[in-house]
Amino acid sequence: MDKFTKLTGIAAPMPLVNIDTDMIIPKQFLKTIKRSGLGKNLFDEMRYTLDGQEIPEFVLNQPAYRKAEIIVAGDNFGCGSSREHAPWALLDFGIRCVISTSFADIFFNNCFKNGILPIVMPQEVVDVLMEDAKKGANARQTVDLEAQTVTTSDGRVFPFNVDPFRKHCLLNGLDDIGLTLEKAASIDAYEAKAASAFPWA
Amino acid sequence: MAPRTLYDKIWDDHVAHQAEDGTCLLYIDRHLVHEVTSPQAFEGLRMSGRKVRAPEKTIAVPDHNVPTTPGRDKHIDNEESRIQVEALDKNAKDFAINYYPVSDIRQGIVHIVGPEQGWTLPGMTVVCGDSHTATHGAFGALAHGIGTSEVEHVLATQTLIQKKSKNMKVEITGSLRPGVTAKDITLSVIGATGTAGGTGYVIEYCGQAIRELSMEGRMTVCNMAIEGGARAGLIAPDEKTFAYVMGRPHAPKGAKWEAALAYWKTLFTDEGAHFDKVVTIRGEDIAPVVTWGTSPEDVLPITGRVPAPEDFTGGKVEAARRSLDYMGLVPGQKLSDIAIDTVFIGSCTNGRIEDLRAAAEILKGKKIKVKRAMVVPGSGLVRAQAEEEGLAQIFIDAGFEWRLAGCSMCLAMNPDQLAPGERCAATSNRNFEGRQGRGGRTHLLSPQMAAAAAITGHLTDVRDMMGVEA
Repeated sequence: MDKFTKLTGIAAPMPLVNIDTDMIIPKQFLKTIKRSGLGKNLFDEMRYTLDGQEIPEFVLNQPAYRKAEIIVAGDNFGCGSSREHAPWALLDFGIRCVISTSFADIFFNNCFKNGILPIVMPQEVVDVLMEDAKKGANARQTVDLEAQTVTTSDGRVFPFNVDPFRKHCLLNGLDDIGLTLEKAASIDAYEAKAASAFPWA
Repeated sequence: MAPRTLYDKIWDDHVAHQAEDGTCLLYIDRHLVHEVTSPQAFEGLRMSGRKVRAPEKTIAVPDHNVPTTPGRDKHIDNEESRIQVEALDKNAKDFAINYYPVSDIRQGIVHIVGPEQGWTLPGMTVVCGDSHTATHGAFGALAHGIGTSEVEHVLATQTLIQKKSKNMKVEITGSLRPGVTAKDITLSVIGATGTAGGTGYVIEYCGQAIRELSMEGRMTVCNMAIEGGARAGLIAPDEKTFAYVMGRPHAPKGAKWEAALAYWKTLFTDEGAHFDKVVTIRGEDIAPVVTWGTSPEDVLPITGRVPAPEDFTGGKVEAARRSLDYMGLVPGQKLSDIAIDTVFIGSCTNGRIEDLRAAAEILKGKKIKVKRAMVVPGSGLVRAQAEEEGLAQIFIDAGFEWRLAGCSMCLAMNPDQLAPGERCAATSNRNFEGRQGRGGRTHLLSPQMAAAAAITGHLTDVRDMMGVEA
């Protein structure tokens, strides 16, 4: 997993609430057995017509946002299915950070496993960041994970919370499985205990 | 010890390691696997030279993109689907996990197969790379969906890195009225709390109306906990649960059964245990409902009318406008006037035998008025039982297609899809834009209501057909 430390980039405004995982990456693209290559189909049905032409009004098709690295979104971003193809598609497109008032639980977890930072901010801060993002490509926002701040293009700074363990993993690009296997003795001990306490399990 | 909730008890019994900041390694008793969210996880194991830690606790079945028409065990036309199913065949063999291939009569939707085969037991932790894993909560098991990275983590370590969620109680008091089902309960709860209302919580469903549900109904309720944003939904096990589990192929037997039963009877929320959020709904107030929009929270009684965007506040105003445009609906229109092209009965929400019985009861001796209607049983065994009970013939005589088991048109990864603009009454769980096929329009409802819509050709209050007062 790539590290996430500090990012200064274009933020795309997507004020729609309840942007679901079927919108982020429709099911026909889940048939892959790879993690890569999904960026071209990110938001496919909002981004392209039935015959594959770009829909010019869609935010990521607009010249100012084609290289966006941050999305500022409406409430409950990533609701729906557990498909990790959603963060894979965001990452493959170049998105490393999503900011919203709330995220669906599984999507939120999946982001951290892929070097994407989801940030929860109060409504009034999301409103400020959304307006800033609407200024276009010259308006770059800065996300500093170490300092836990987001800075608007005109220098307003907003702090955010992040789970310390997840922050540590993102800053260092750590692999969860490797970390867990360091605790193998605890798992062995649990299994031994469970074998007598719950022999049917 | 302080009074604990059901969730607290299951959690406490599965913590294998706890760090100072509260991050836990939660031990996983059952890991269910399907073809869509697992290939990258198995590939990850291969690349790092890791094994499956507990293959005997890992159960795989292809369901998401298998066709539901005959001949699929010989050949799957769609190359990408075929490659995914073949990858699961190979991974199951290479890693020696339990497997129900397409050719096995026990194959079906993973969340129907798990309980049916007795893999899902009260008090267990159950995960799967699928959000509707919440279904298994009906047994008093802590069950939730995970992403592919977490699938790989569970395969390699049999644990999940977790922080505890908050406790939420959803109580349905009293009894349901005739014509009202588990599906109407679960949709009504989401209608009341919103799709983010459960975010950060594990829900325990309780109350008389929940106790009165069959196990099938309880699975329908828990299945859609995720649609309300919750990590999991739970129902305390009781005599109905034990009766359902007893004798299933992988349920404990003999002395182990007795030991398990004694433990299972301790799985309830203690008097005075703390809930961070409580929602109470009167069972008598729940009506047969349908969705009108493109979010499962867009729920109204069938007697209602299509709302206007101005009826909402905040970001929902624009979302409702977009939904109505997508759904081709006009504010003020009666929901029961909405004409239906297609009816889909099936899915992990409503693809069990009781669902098929309920729909067949309405359809008996009638003919469909919609362009197409299909029943997709949740498993090969549900299908066989429905044939034995004569339900299949009722569906066929009414004009339904009688399909093989799978997820089918719930997510339309296989050939069962809606065309742009096609309007479907579906017993599944999501009405998102494009969910059942690009441009397809989905109305979620119960199996009874789906059957009623099939007969009249429009959304219909099933109570009118049952001679029951609304």
